[in-house]
This record gives sequence, structure tokens and C-alpha cells, in this order.
Amino acid sequence: MTMLEPWMMLVVSLVIFGVGLFGLLVRKNLLVMLMCVELMLNGVNLSFVAFSKIHNSLDGHLAVLFVMTVAAAESAVGLGLVIALFRTLKTVDSDQIQILRD
Amino acid sequence: MIDYPFLAFVAFSTIAILGSLMVIFKKNPVASAFALVAVFFAFAGLYALMSAHLVAALQILVYTGAIMVLFVFVIMLLNQDRPVEDFKSSSGTFKVISGVAVSFLVFLFVKVAFLARGIVPAGDWTVEKMEEQGGNVKSIANALFSDHILQFELTSFLLLGAIVATIAIAKRKGSSGRTAP
Repeated sequence: MTMLEPWMMLVVSLVIFGVGLFGLLVRKNLLVMLMCVELMLNGVNLSFVAFSKIHNSLDGHLAVLFVMTVAAAESAVGLGLVIALFRTLKTVDSDQIQILRD
Repeated sequence: MIDYPFLAFVAFSTIAILGSLMVIFKKNPVASAFALVAVFFAFAGLYALMSAHLVAALQILVYTGAIMVLFVFVIMLLNQDRPVEDFKSSSGTFKVISGVAVSFLVFLFVKVAFLARGIVPAGDWTVEKMEEQGGNVKSIANALFSDHILQFELTSFLLLGAIVATIAIAKRKGSSGRTAP
């Protein structure tokens, strides 16, 4: 049986980041797009902790705390924007949000 | 001889990857949100496997406890609990281009990770030293409130700004109810 190595966590974090980025590009629903941003941030967090395990450092853990704060602020502001957009346009589809175009 | 941490890693990473795929392929935003909750719990397990216990606890408290409740609350508020066909509506060419671009980016990350091996000098914060210092939480708290106190204080400004911005953006302007676009 193979042992658990920190680089395996890096592979998982890379996959989660890629899936989140792909979802952010192809989905049009603003709520799901925000969820994909959360997925990407989580992938990065996992790589922070894995690298800090590899290098025997504590900085990765601290970076994760700050990323979590930024993620909480980002999702609060983002969801506030989604609510404001839905109130004026009655949609959360990013293809139909084009009031700056006309 | 069964290596239990490895088995736990396989289980948690499978849940995380399948859940993240469900987040982007489910039609219903509520299903996506609950798949995301599963992903966050799996991530907490992965952090605990790397003996990052404070991060694991905060993952559950902040992400599954606060952020996902916010998401589900907004889904309820906007009545977005019916299926949306937005994945099918984007063109196939764009999906292929996105897939290729994401794969290329992932390849670049792997390349950089291999090139940058050994650049960062190894620290001395092994798990044993953390145990000596009074555990994971105490070591991180000591570093956070001494070396990184400026960043810690700045996050309080960030959160205050986020609160004010969210209220300013999301509140209804005027007393008539409907806002002009």
C-alpha cells in the first residue's frame, strides 16, 4: 500500500482549480459562477497547506486564513451584486446582462 | 498492512473531485450548492490529514457554515430553485477552447512546480515542533499575532469595507420600492 505524500494533495488541488476555472468559463448562471470562484479559491488553499507541509513552514496556514477572509468578503459583495442585478433585470444569466452595451 | 491515511485521502479526494464536477454540471443551483458543501467537508478532511487542524476547523466554520448559508439564502431569495439550461446554451467550440485553455494552464502550473523545486528553503516547523510549541493552533496564533499582525489588522478593514459595500449595493434605493435601471 502506498504512503500518503503531500504532492498527492497538490494533484487534487490542481484538479479542483481546473474544474472551477472551466465551470467559471462555461456556466452562465451568476450564482454557479460565484460557486466556481469558491472552488478555485479552495483549490489554492489546499495547495498552500500542501506546500507548507512540504517545506515545513507555517506561512501557508497563515495565507489560508487571509484567503478565507478575502473569500468571505468576496462572496458577500458578489451575492449583493447578484441581488441588485436581479432586482433591476429579473435575471441571473450573465448573457442577458448587457445594459452597458445599449 | 493497511495505510489508513492513504485510504482516507483517496476517499476525501474522490468526494472532492466528484463533488466539484457536480457543482459545474448540475442544472439546479440548489444541487450545485449542496455538492459544494460536500466538497468543503472533503477539503476539511484533507486538511486534517495534513495535520492542519485549525485550517480544517475554519474550513467547516467559515465555508460550510457561513458562505454556503449565504449562497443557499440568496438562491431562496431569488427563487432560483428550478433547473437552468445555461451549460447547454454556451457553444461547443467555446467549451472546447475553454477546456484546452484550462488544460494548458494546469500544464504550466505543473511545469512551474517542477522548475521551482528546491528554490524555497525548508523551514523548521515540523509537526513535532508544533506539538512541542503547544499544538497547531498555538503556533499559528503566535505567528499571526506577532509577525503578521499588520495583515491581520488590514483584514478587519477589508471586512468592514465589504460589509458597507454589500449594504450599499443590495439595499433598495428610495421608498417607492422599485429602482430605475
